[in-house]
Amino acid sequence: MIKKTLLNDMMERLIIKSDSINTWLSKIIETVPRVLAPVKIGSKAEFKEIKDAGSVAYDVITTTSSIKSAAFPNTETLFAYEKQGLETKLYDVAEDNFLDTVIWGARPCDAVGFGPLTKIFNWDYKDKLYNERFSRLVVVSFACDKADECCFCTSVGGGPGNTAGSDIMLTKINDEDTLVEVLTDKGSKLIDLCKDCFTDADDSVDKESVLAKVPVKFTREQIHEKLAKAFESPIWKAQSERCLGCGACAFVCPTCACFDIQEDAHGNHGRRVRCWDSCGFTLFTQHTSGHNPRPTQATRWRQRVMHKFSYMPDRLDIYGCTGCGRCSRACPVDMNIAEHLTNIANNE
Amino acid sequence: MNNNIYIPYVMVVDKITVEAPGVKTLRLRFQNEEEGNNFEFKAGNFAEYSAFGEGECTFCIASAPTRKGYIECTFRKAGRVTSGLDRLEEGMTMGVRAPLGNSFPIEEWKGKNLVFVAGGIALPPMRAVIDNVLDRRDEFGDVTIVYGAKTVNDLVYKDELKEWEERPDVNLFATVDPGGETPDWKGKVGFTPNVLGEVAPSSDNAVAIVCGPPIMIKFTFPVLEKLGFKDENIYTTLENRMKCGIGKCGRCNVGPMFVCKDGPVFSKVQLNALPPEF
Amino acid sequence: MSKLSKDTAALLSEGTVKMIIGYEQGTERPRPAFCHTPEDCERLIFNDQCSNNLAVYLTKKEIIGEDKVGVVGNYYVIKTVIQLNLENQINLQNLVLMTVDGDDIITFGSIDEMQQYVDTHEPVPNEKVLAAIKKIDKMSRSERWEYWKSELSKCVRCYACRAACPLCYCNRCVTEVNCPQWIEPWASPLSNMEWQINRVMHMSGRCVGCGECAAACPLELPIGILTKKMGMDIKNTFGGWKDGSVLSTYNVNDKENFIK
Repeated sequence: MIKKTLLNDMMERLIIKSDSINTWLSKIIETVPRVLAPVKIGSKAEFKEIKDAGSVAYDVITTTSSIKSAAFPNTETLFAYEKQGLETKLYDVAEDNFLDTVIWGARPCDAVGFGPLTKIFNWDYKDKLYNERFSRLVVVSFACDKADECCFCTSVGGGPGNTAGSDIMLTKINDEDTLVEVLTDKGSKLIDLCKDCFTDADDSVDKESVLAKVPVKFTREQIHEKLAKAFESPIWKAQSERCLGCGACAFVCPTCACFDIQEDAHGNHGRRVRCWDSCGFTLFTQHTSGHNPRPTQATRWRQRVMHKFSYMPDRLDIYGCTGCGRCSRACPVDMNIAEHLTNIANNE
Repeated sequence: MNNNIYIPYVMVVDKITVEAPGVKTLRLRFQNEEEGNNFEFKAGNFAEYSAFGEGECTFCIASAPTRKGYIECTFRKAGRVTSGLDRLEEGMTMGVRAPLGNSFPIEEWKGKNLVFVAGGIALPPMRAVIDNVLDRRDEFGDVTIVYGAKTVNDLVYKDELKEWEERPDVNLFATVDPGGETPDWKGKVGFTPNVLGEVAPSSDNAVAIVCGPPIMIKFTFPVLEKLGFKDENIYTTLENRMKCGIGKCGRCNVGPMFVCKDGPVFSKVQLNALPPEF
Repeated sequence: MSKLSKDTAALLSEGTVKMIIGYEQGTERPRPAFCHTPEDCERLIFNDQCSNNLAVYLTKKEIIGEDKVGVVGNYYVIKTVIQLNLENQINLQNLVLMTVDGDDIITFGSIDEMQQYVDTHEPVPNEKVLAAIKKIDKMSRSERWEYWKSELSKCVRCYACRAACPLCYCNRCVTEVNCPQWIEPWASPLSNMEWQINRVMHMSGRCVGCGECAAACPLELPIGILTKKMGMDIKNTFGGWKDGSVLSTYNVNDKENFIK
């Protein structure tokens, strides 16, 4: 089980001046093989590999896609094979596929998303590919001073300044000063790259006062309780009528881990790959016989919600939603999950 | 064996048996003896079988764990991967990820009478546990098998059925659907649940194990209930669309239970608690 | 209550239709709405932000069943209904098609009426898309290939484009066929291009130009340019869509100058 070593009870609280941030980032880019950060693309932003500290987009609520691809890429090789006569040789994924990576500019709702992913990929069977990638990540997140209507982190046990899952969290206190909370050994090592950039923060630095206000709409316990009796409820059809059954929500979600396994065959050799899949797709559960246990969009919408708010907490002791709202923003027909969940919480 | 859980064993096709139209059994052996000797599994476990170049497919391990050195799978040619498996010849290699899933709790059945009810292509998972029991015959009470298929030709393990028929310590009732009999068919004629009702095995100190297409199971459970079988003494094995087989790809769950991890073997008590999603 | 809400509520309370599909206000923009009771109709709105192509629901049996439904759609919904009818995918007897024009609610009594409306109310073309097409037209073939490879390598194959398109109603899409595997189902620069090319080619002469494929793409990939360009090419080469369905009509005089 991959654990991030926590420093002793008192995490380090430092201050960095705004004009030193790029200096520090540049040092990181020099040292670390790969740095991923939000970059403006059209009207949106996405995590991309950066080589220049100046290319980071800071003023976005959140990126369109999550950062899960750093540990669980859209497509990855499981192994390669080569048929030689009657023999078949199999080749594991080479170590140089796994890069030390700093994620710069994650949001709290990104960082906390690795929690459910790590649990799924280590549930009894340890997924080496995920673990190799995840163990090489250092997450530097930025607390949120803005939220939009799709955000609901505070309803799922999170918050705009929640440090869970981060190695370092930066909070802009004012134009001059940014608070730097160093939470793990990995984080400490990044600080060491530019020790002079930092001074100690004194106790008066108030992180809470600059954080975004995200009103609580419901609690996870409310949802969990309602879901226990909701399998046959008509609410699933009512909520999912407009759902088109695409995979946008699952793909942008920081915690969705459902995948397909396919063969990339080229005559005598090839590789087995896994790629993202979505429980919203019609064929997701369809048997070869044609029988489909989830034959309607309503049954598939039910699965999405139940999996995240009922099955995962029951089986893995963790919820499958970080309240980032990406699914709602990406959805072509505005399936606003916070709205749906609030409905469920308030429904009889 | 590697710590990459997606990498299968490479196994050699030792023997191919054509069981019925479109249905084959592959006997697979490990490439090296040590691997074979170290391999252990329990009746009820399944595996992900690879036709390299096509993909993976989920079937039970159809042979008993008491028989060492090989495993068997039985499948019907239906799609891309099974077509790939169908094209294999003796001596060729394929992949197996096993053992996966849970198993029949046969240790709990010691001293009990066992009633096996299977239909068509669902005999393979039963055969693993039946042969397991027969290999430890003294430990169990009566063994009754009710097995039916659409037609005589569709019955699988025809040779093994003969063996079971000839054993004095096994009561085999093979049946075909009305209209599926041939002039020289000596077995029963009738749908499997009906034949079970006729045979009417006692539920006293007995466990029933049922496997078959959903429609057969639907009509078999009431017969068992009528015969007095309690839900905690009825077992079945479920199927669902699978890919990873190890509880990660998120596909095979029925409510909170994953057929690949919490199953595929379920008791009727567990089945009753599952939502109608399979 | 608005006229729209009143009129649609009446259709429901009179039992003329079992359901009304229209638009309601969503989180930041309008979204499809499904009204089952007259009270539900109070949510209905209609403005030029209403862009979802509601015709996508008309081929979903689990939504409309065998019931008669009313649809209050925008220009492209009307155009799509004509095309779906041409392809025998809807039962016009089970459809009450409406649109809102200023203060009026128009109910279309026939395909001809729909066609008339479509011919006389064509929306102003999207200047950005036209400019992008001009820019790509000026590129050499290899430049175009690089442009599209670069853009489409970002695609993650969520199929939002396919899901939003009312003309993509195949029960098993070409990417979902594995015997043979026409297109690799995982995201890669080449297979992503194959997917888009296939999608656009399967739209030949059928696409109504609503642009919802591009609007649906969560990554804002410029795929609306492809469908727009394809539509322009089809019109130039094979005439208007009234001249017959391009994919299923053969004329001895069809140009074959692309065969070299």
